Amino acid sequence: MKCLFFMLFLMTSTSSYAVDYRQLSDPKQQENYETLTKELRCLVCQNQTIADSNAELAADLRRQVYEMLEKGQSREEIVQFMTDRYGDFVLYKPAFKGKTTLLWIAPILFLLLGLSTVFFFIRRKKASNQPVDSDSLQTNKEKQKKIHHLLEKGDAS
Amino acid sequence: MLKFIIPLLLFIILSIFLALGLNLKPSDIPSPFINKLAPNFSASKLSAPEQKLTPADLKGQVWLFNVWASWCVSCRAEHPILNQLAQQHAAVIVGLNYKDEPSNAKNWLNTLGNPYDVSIMDQDGRIGIDYGVYGVPETFVIDKKGLIRYKHTGPISPDDVQQIFLPLIAKLQAETE
Repeated sequence: MKCLFFMLFLMTSTSSYAVDYRQLSDPKQQENYETLTKELRCLVCQNQTIADSNAELAADLRRQVYEMLEKGQSREEIVQFMTDRYGDFVLYKPAFKGKTTLLWIAPILFLLLGLSTVFFFIRRKKASNQPVDSDSLQTNKEKQKKIHHLLEKGDAS
Repeated sequence: MLKFIIPLLLFIILSIFLALGLNLKPSDIPSPFINKLAPNFSASKLSAPEQKLTPADLKGQVWLFNVWASWCVSCRAEHPILNQLAQQHAAVIVGLNYKDEPSNAKNWLNTLGNPYDVSIMDQDGRIGIDYGVYGVPETFVIDKKGLIRYKHTGPISPDDVQQIFLPLIAKLQAETE
């Protein structure tokens, strides 16, 4: 049990710590630094952001973001700088453009596909169930009559 | 009949996607540099730090730009292949000694052989960022005009040399400036 608690503790504690801390003089730029490092992908460990990763490349990219912000460059300029070098893949939130349309639209398409399938099946089931239901109701009535009859008379034959 | 055909079709579509997915290489990120000018740098040579090299110095030549480091295990696997390629004198081979200790790098070249016409130092990885380097070794093929024509991520295999590098170099050498 203790072990379990310890594991739970470990699970909750790791998520939010940055690998290294950098303080920018301008609080707005500081905010930019934090959001940008969470939106850029570390290309070595592809499922981590550069804020999460302690790979050397991630550290270099954090330094790059920091230096560009210190120079007063905007978020857009930094994103452009990164995509010029690493392609759209470096962005966790790729821009909506020709190449990435499918990426953005696919979830909606799948949702619509799923909904229409469910709708289709429910309707078909309803349509096929109704006559069966009234049928069985009919037979139920007949059976009940028979049961009543049997109970009253006491003998089937 | 339809009852069987629809699931079968769905299954076939699913298998096609799975098969495609299995054959994708997530580590092969398409480089945005193809057919673009090689990013500029001015870097100290490993053998003579007081001398600088820039891409302009290599204009008019077909050159390979190979990113390597003495700490990189795959580079060790690639090294003999680069040595062989260098013996064929097909193209100038420039090494980018990436985030390395110069003494370790020199040691490496002395013991394993030096395939590079020249190696330059990138100790803090800034040239690496400009070239979008994310996994060492990487190799760029740059034409006479200074355009990047091909990027190879990971160690070069002997097959890559025969099937990709040598034909491409021959083609680029035939191009006029």
